[in-house]
Amino acid sequence: MSPLNIKKGSTSHSAYNLHSGYGDLIERHTLAILVENEPGVLARVIGLFAGRGYNIESLTVAETDHEGHRSRITIVTSGTQQVITQIKAQLGRIVPVHEVHDLTVEGPSVERELALFKVAGKGDARIEAVRLADIFRANVVDSTLESFIFEVTGTSEKIDAFAELMRPLGLVEVVRTGVAALSRGANS
Amino acid sequence: MSKAMTGAKMVVQALVDQGVEVVFGYPGGAVLPIYDEIFQQNHIQHILVRHEQAAVHAAEGYARSTGKLGVALVTSGPGATNAVTGLTDALMDSIPILVLTGQVPTFMIGSDAFQEADTVGITRPCTKHNWLVKETDDLARVLHEACHVATSGRPGPVLIDIPKDVQFATGKYTEKKARKSYYQPQVKGDITSITELAAAMEKAKRPIFYTGGGVINSGTAASQLLRELVATTNFPITSTLMGLGAYPASGDNWLGMLGMHGLYEANMAMHGCDLMINIGARFDDRITGVLDKFSPNSKKAHIDIDVSSINKVVHVDIPIVGDVAHVLEDLLKVWKSRGRKTNAEGLSKWWSQINEWRSVDCLKFKQEGKIIKPQYALQRLQELTKNHDRYITTEVGQHQMWAAQYLDFEDPNRWMTSGGLGTMGYGFPASMGVQMAHRDALVINVAGEASWLMNMQEMGTVTQYKLPVKQFILNNERLGMVRQWQQLLHGERYSSSWSESLPDFVKLAEAFGAKGIRCDDPADLDDAIMEMINHDGPVVFDCLVEKHENCYPMIPSGKPHNEMLMGDASTEGAITGSGQALV
Repeated sequence: MSPLNIKKGSTSHSAYNLHSGYGDLIERHTLAILVENEPGVLARVIGLFAGRGYNIESLTVAETDHEGHRSRITIVTSGTQQVITQIKAQLGRIVPVHEVHDLTVEGPSVERELALFKVAGKGDARIEAVRLADIFRANVVDSTLESFIFEVTGTSEKIDAFAELMRPLGLVEVVRTGVAALSRGANS
Repeated sequence: MSKAMTGAKMVVQALVDQGVEVVFGYPGGAVLPIYDEIFQQNHIQHILVRHEQAAVHAAEGYARSTGKLGVALVTSGPGATNAVTGLTDALMDSIPILVLTGQVPTFMIGSDAFQEADTVGITRPCTKHNWLVKETDDLARVLHEACHVATSGRPGPVLIDIPKDVQFATGKYTEKKARKSYYQPQVKGDITSITELAAAMEKAKRPIFYTGGGVINSGTAASQLLRELVATTNFPITSTLMGLGAYPASGDNWLGMLGMHGLYEANMAMHGCDLMINIGARFDDRITGVLDKFSPNSKKAHIDIDVSSINKVVHVDIPIVGDVAHVLEDLLKVWKSRGRKTNAEGLSKWWSQINEWRSVDCLKFKQEGKIIKPQYALQRLQELTKNHDRYITTEVGQHQMWAAQYLDFEDPNRWMTSGGLGTMGYGFPASMGVQMAHRDALVINVAGEASWLMNMQEMGTVTQYKLPVKQFILNNERLGMVRQWQQLLHGERYSSSWSESLPDFVKLAEAFGAKGIRCDDPADLDDAIMEMINHDGPVVFDCLVEKHENCYPMIPSGKPHNEMLMGDASTEGAITGSGQALV
């Protein structure tokens, strides 16, 4: 697909213009979709991605306004700029979708993910795991004499990094919530 | 203002409040309470079809020929699954229809009950929106909301799945205007973009209007405004299959249909233009040909109510999101206020170039000998019906393209064809829907024998309700378009593309109590067509035509607009390489 396959954000930190000019650079975007909380609405959104061949890298959904019957779906997706534009337009025409926001282009935003890691081990590995967990500001939420469950919150990259470090130290299982994201500042 | 009534009664009440006059349907266990209510009233007429697919296509025909909502009513399970093709057809062509399906009682949903299907799950990708109603109190609101969603914005099919216990139970009926829908699509276009388009139109040397079904869907006002715009600019205009009739075929600026089987002058003008103004069309692959050679030197403007249509396949320079009628109204205002200026010199050169292309006369054919050419049959049909209050539906294939080429449409909503989905079997039931909406009009379904057989069971319906629809079958005993592609693409190996064991269509018509006419001689054709027109009742017209006629002009797969095939000469090897993989 992309000649360079450089991830989103790279271009802004480079002295060179890495855009291929062919518009086939794969970008990663975080979309916030505000929907009417009615049965089947998540199926409609996911069905759109599956039916039209778009990618879902992460998906988070929950009701956020009980009285207003609103839910918020956060999707991290990737594609060329044209595909991303098309995804937003297609989402926008789903009847119970009220708003679609592209947090990646609509100014600065914060993204967080929560993950639980089960790490089993003894001796030095166990001590190292706790030490690294401390560096990552992970909480220990369960422990036995042979295992820990760490709770880590942060960007997806931070979670990825923590997973890499835990793997040789006895990583047994991981669960991640997917990305939750909000735009910065006072406005919604 | 809320009255208590059963769910079944609410269905009928809501349809009456929405102005619905006709429902096409087929009963079954899960919709019996609704059928019981229909039995006890006289506001809505129910037309019993012979297959649920036909109910949906009939509703489509009704909607396409009136601009109003078409309604179909079917039972759960197989009733609902049989409706899927019609729903997809309506979705692809943006036709406002409401399909009501029965469902097993709420307490049995998910238990694999008799005639249970996950109807909302199955129809989610082929409806604009759908609902499963689990509380009778919600039913009236959903019914009104569904009618609103189907007919506003880009129109489309909606479906309401109603469990049998919800139909039986009593709840509160809410009036049509009780709650404003949150679904309110934008209809006004951005005035800055409209002004930008007007400025581009003033400078353009080689402009063209490329219009589509969006003009028809926007209502008759849109067609009126389009005609005014063409008259005031003197720009040439072409249209997609879906948009025929928005601009009259007799109009001076009309270039004919464009696309894969469009006219030479229309496609050449699209290829050579410097300003393309797309009004309510969607750059479908049947229109564009190979994308990277599509109209390479033009600035492109696109007016569409659906933002997802814009920049979907072709990059446009001036996007305008809005309803065609609203945008054209504003465009005309801006155009007039700026003094109606055009590039007269450029435009006159452009017209002389176009007239050169026109002189190629790409639709010419020779009617010789004793075998009727399909083009000749349609030419005579046009000649003998043009002064009638005439509505045309079609099936799908060669006959459909010939009908688009050789029949003239002077007004919108007179041409009902399955464009996006290409549904064989669409035309016959659609003609019933059209005839229900226009009882005194001449309704003709131009068909191929293979397509027509796909829904021929509807002979029962048309004789039962005395619907005088004319089934004009161009019978070449072949799946003509499939055969044509096999000839051009697959080394003339005609795999399963001929119609064997065909019925005697005249006897078939008579078996259902209708009239059958057969014609196989060009000399008898006019008399036979007149006999069909003058018969007060349904007619099956079996017109035996040349078996191996190909449909031209044709843009072969993988080729641009300026590389059309004009006739049977030099078609060998016309489609090469990657073009072979395209459909």
